[in-house]
Amino acid sequence: MELVCPAGSLPALRVAVDSGADAVYMGFKDDTNARHFAGLNFNDRKARQALDYAIDRKVKVFVAINTYAQPKGWKRWQEAVDRAYDLGVNALIVADMGVLEYACNKYPDLALHLSVQGSATNHEALKFYHKNFGIRRAVLPRVLSLAQVKLAAEKSPVDLEVFGFGSLCIMAEGRCYLSSYVTDESPNTCGACSPAKAVRWEETAEGRESRLNDVLIDRYREGENAGYPTLCKGRFKVDDHVYNALEEPTSLNTIRLIPELSAAGIKAIKLEGRQRSPAYVEQIVRVWREALDAYAIERDNFTPRSEWMDSLSKVSEGTQTTLGAYSRPWQ
Amino acid sequence: MKISVGPILYYWPKQQVLDFYQRLLESSVDIIYLGEAVCSKRHELRIEDWIELAVKLNESGKQVVLSTLALIEARSELSGLQKICSNNDGILVEANDMAAVQMLSEQGLPFVSGSSINIYNAHTLKILQQQGMQRWVMPVELNRETLNDILAEAKTMGFSDEIETEVFAYGKLPLAYSARCFTARMKNLPKDDCRYSCIDYPDGVVMETQEDQELFTLNGIQTQSGYCYNLLPQLPEMINLGVDVVRISPQFEGTEQVVQQFRNGLDQGKVDAGLIARQHCNGYWFGQSGMSTVQDR
Repeated sequence: MELVCPAGSLPALRVAVDSGADAVYMGFKDDTNARHFAGLNFNDRKARQALDYAIDRKVKVFVAINTYAQPKGWKRWQEAVDRAYDLGVNALIVADMGVLEYACNKYPDLALHLSVQGSATNHEALKFYHKNFGIRRAVLPRVLSLAQVKLAAEKSPVDLEVFGFGSLCIMAEGRCYLSSYVTDESPNTCGACSPAKAVRWEETAEGRESRLNDVLIDRYREGENAGYPTLCKGRFKVDDHVYNALEEPTSLNTIRLIPELSAAGIKAIKLEGRQRSPAYVEQIVRVWREALDAYAIERDNFTPRSEWMDSLSKVSEGTQTTLGAYSRPWQ
Repeated sequence: MKISVGPILYYWPKQQVLDFYQRLLESSVDIIYLGEAVCSKRHELRIEDWIELAVKLNESGKQVVLSTLALIEARSELSGLQKICSNNDGILVEANDMAAVQMLSEQGLPFVSGSSINIYNAHTLKILQQQGMQRWVMPVELNRETLNDILAEAKTMGFSDEIETEVFAYGKLPLAYSARCFTARMKNLPKDDCRYSCIDYPDGVVMETQEDQELFTLNGIQTQSGYCYNLLPQLPEMINLGVDVVRISPQFEGTEQVVQQFRNGLDQGKVDAGLIARQHCNGYWFGQSGMSTVQDR
């Protein structure tokens, strides 16, 4: 399976390449990609350097143009597609059907991957994108159980890429508007979820409070680790009971599933983390490279080493990891 | 402009569903959507029952549309979807997932594109129109300016006459879908042994912040807004924009009264803005956060 690694910056890209990535994915410095954060992503000069670095080391480069274009901004998405093509990248990762159509008509030889933001969770949806836009690969949303991933892989007309590690999105990607309900920015409209501009911290008598605009996401007592107020990971009240009603801060980690994913015919494993530091990227890519290389040799005798799991837990949200929806009990 | 009532998003006992549609028949609603759009485990009405009910309602003169699941993952969900898409009674189908768009377009059938199909610009709208889409429900997070731009472009591109535009105008906004069932989770049950907990909550379960602010509504695998979206005062503006249908999403009580309020608004040509209640919101329409309330002068 191909190891696809996040590159939010040139240093992170270099480190991902050096640590054993088979492919890296990146975005441009605007809202055409779903990690539109200050300080992240590539301008033209950095993108050129990134391509040169990766190509020299035989690592593929994918560019994410995976948000949804509204009429006023349409030109930006067209230009992003043109820029990526001119750079000579290996593939575009796209969600919006209009953008897919533009790319496949103008650049029929340019490989198109359906982004997780395209929200295709079954082979019929994949058929539509394959038939109409010639996609060659699709990234599956993290809402499928392992059995459902296998079903999709069995019947899919295209190669599949699945998330193996990183911050967990618990809602079906590409169709979640929780963020725009609270803050007016969503992954689809602005490439952002729980955007930094809305984050507020306040020390009160009840503890340290994290808010998005005025909305209280969580409250931390002395000694509790305060995490970024991603809105679905707060503690809320249902029926007088305060708890992580939607999800705890946790990271996905599917190292244990490598044999099954491979057997199911999954083409690539995607590591989440374009907004993370180069140090983080180095850590996770190294571990996953080792794991995949070990599997290549050990096959059915593959066992996850505890050093890998410990390394990954250390850099995980809430310092804990989960199999997420891949495992039925999580659901 | 027509008034539609969307599919019941909650899990109600069969008799209550039948009674609800009986009352709707007697209301001034023009278009009735029915079917299971949230969870395939719900079985008070099976697919055959929904189709049968649709056929019966169709004979009344109201336009009837069979709605479908927004999140399709399992083999059984795909075959259930196929049954609906291929229904022999010629009932129009609302696609809420691209699987349905694929099935309907492959069979050359016209369809409605529901609000969880990502249409954010006129290029996507045209692609779907060419695949057989007759009506689209604008994604709930989009605003009046984007809608105006999309429809203006559709006109320039020459297909605006081929489609109808529907706007979700009243009810708890569907905001997200998950593999996890939040109602079961609330009861400490796994989804595979949920015991159909959501049937006990005909309007979903309110989820508040630790400051008692209503934030979201839990409805099984679907997360909805805490506040009720209400664009009743924007009816005149929507007519000017070219909106063809306004959708009212059902609650356990009072849906027919809301239909009547909207009907009055259409008949009288203007609406009293004072009708916006405390627990309502309208931010999305004005390009603000969904939960905010804008007083439009």
